[in-house]
Amino acid sequence: MLDKADGQIFTGSVRLVHAVGMHARPAVKLTKLAKKFQAQISVRVAGAPEWINAKSVAKIMAMRAAHGSTIEIKASGSDAEAAVAALVDLVASDFPDGAG
Amino acid sequence: MQGGAAGLAYRGRTASIGFAHGPLVRVDAGAGGERVAGTLVEEALALRKAIDLASGQIADLAASAGGEAAQILEFQVALLEDEDLIEAIFASIGEGRPADVAWRATLDEQIAAYNSAEDEYLQARSSDLADLRDRVVHILRGDAGEPLKIPSGGVVCADDLPPSRFLEIDWSGGGGLALLHGSPTSHVAMLARARGIPMVVQLGAIPDAGATALLDGEGATLELDPSAEQVRIFEKRRESHRKSRASARAILRRPTASWRGEHVKLLINIQRVDDLDHADAQYADGIGLMRTEFLLSGRSDLPDEETQFQAYDAVLRWAGQRPVTIRTFDAGGDKPVPGFTLDGEANPFLGVRGLRLCLARPEIFAVQLCALARAAVRGNLKVMFPMVTSADELEAGRKLFAGIVQRLQVDGIAAMLPELGIMVEVPAAALAVASFKASFLSIGSNDLAQYVLACDRSNGALAPLMDPLHPAVLELIARTAEHGRRAGISVSLCGDMAGDPRCLPALLNCGLRELSVNASALAQIKQTIDRLSSGGGVG
Repeated sequence: MLDKADGQIFTGSVRLVHAVGMHARPAVKLTKLAKKFQAQISVRVAGAPEWINAKSVAKIMAMRAAHGSTIEIKASGSDAEAAVAALVDLVASDFPDGAG
Repeated sequence: MQGGAAGLAYRGRTASIGFAHGPLVRVDAGAGGERVAGTLVEEALALRKAIDLASGQIADLAASAGGEAAQILEFQVALLEDEDLIEAIFASIGEGRPADVAWRATLDEQIAAYNSAEDEYLQARSSDLADLRDRVVHILRGDAGEPLKIPSGGVVCADDLPPSRFLEIDWSGGGGLALLHGSPTSHVAMLARARGIPMVVQLGAIPDAGATALLDGEGATLELDPSAEQVRIFEKRRESHRKSRASARAILRRPTASWRGEHVKLLINIQRVDDLDHADAQYADGIGLMRTEFLLSGRSDLPDEETQFQAYDAVLRWAGQRPVTIRTFDAGGDKPVPGFTLDGEANPFLGVRGLRLCLARPEIFAVQLCALARAAVRGNLKVMFPMVTSADELEAGRKLFAGIVQRLQVDGIAAMLPELGIMVEVPAAALAVASFKASFLSIGSNDLAQYVLACDRSNGALAPLMDPLHPAVLELIARTAEHGRRAGISVSLCGDMAGDPRCLPALLNCGLRELSVNASALAQIKQTIDRLSSGGGVG
């Protein structure tokens, strides 16, 4: 569905440096930030078969991304490029307080 | 189980230490009662209203609890705002299910998935989901809003207790928490520790009887309807626990610790500037280790010179005349930093970390050295390099540092070269310690033990082998201390060993007279030294 959306698809990937992986606090921060963008945003652990809606905290938690895994991000829509950059930055900077 | 006393005693796992003696209060998680479902539209509306109401209640709880509790509750709010999750429930209502049934079925599915996770952390999150499930179900059934009535000092017994229910209880009169299931890593356990409420989890099956309970968070025991003898023994344990804490705090106020007539300097380790807010920090003889990695985390870029200078200056101002030892960036190993550390090392613990990394990235290191050179004129600053293997590395760092000091001075900026020391944590450095022209030495016992014993300290399977009291580790500590004594330079130890009372006799016997521990361990370590000095045991 996402692949057929209007406009260009932007992608990014980033290593999850958070000590305990994608747990409650990082997942909440990630979805909060994703919701600030209009774009449809999907994420997955590198190589996983399914893409997951980055705006669903339940699904992000269910992804069970472990410490050290690589998170792939793709987005389409008006602010897709900024969305990918912001999410990569959030994960790379280890979910700082006040972000998201 | 307890001293052969009669009565019912159960053992679980410690989640939060402390003692509680009071009425047993059972709390049931599941609520009975049925509700009469309306039309599809009415059901959808009822769920929407219940979600909004729950969201508001949780936000109120978060606002009044603040801090860590607020962050824990934020996860529940995020779930209520998760459109994918909520849409599926409305779809189910559209197919004719009553609101509470649809809600419960979806949440139960999520809870089951979390419970089946291998990760203890994820399992523990299922109680957050159960908390949310029950709150909305209660609202839908119209029986919400009655807070738990817990008599003051009561021991609350439940299958598991969700964080929001914990926060609804008035703990000001004391009390404790005894859970049949639950986990020490759950959110409610974190809350109990933060509030100082004793808590024992995984007590298993307990008969549906009992009016009075004794809860011992340290021994992880629950005793029901205790005999007079059980109460006497319990109160004795509670009293000795209280006394040892009180006397440890009294000892803190004494000026110095000493062992066999020799002064033992007790310094503190800090991870960040806020650690100085700990009530016991003021009693330290100085700061033995200020880690600087906090400056690298929680941000997208590397910290500039001014940000670093402000942090160092704040600590020096706090310390006054007392010495402050700041360790330069110890990134790499298990502490990756984007834009700084190297990716893809096969064995990062044996890779480019600590001083090795700083020397490989002089442009980043220079910013820190500039900030330190400026801070050096503001107080009693010492700077040490981590993960040093050869004397050449220390000299390379010194040369870089001296060049920066000179440049700053030429520009008319107040700066000086502080005393330079090294962490002794690579076995080679400990064995060839005399080859270093260091002004002081600080033994990093965590890494030293890991490298000497060839045990990854994060690998739980090696825990029995990872013994810091292994004779090989102690031998290196003793040699380092002996060298310091002969060369007249100070030697301290700043690893976990220093804060472990069981290790103290060995460390003092190795000749160490300077230890650096977390502020929270200061009282206990001072007291233990005192006790050892007067011929007592570790206690």
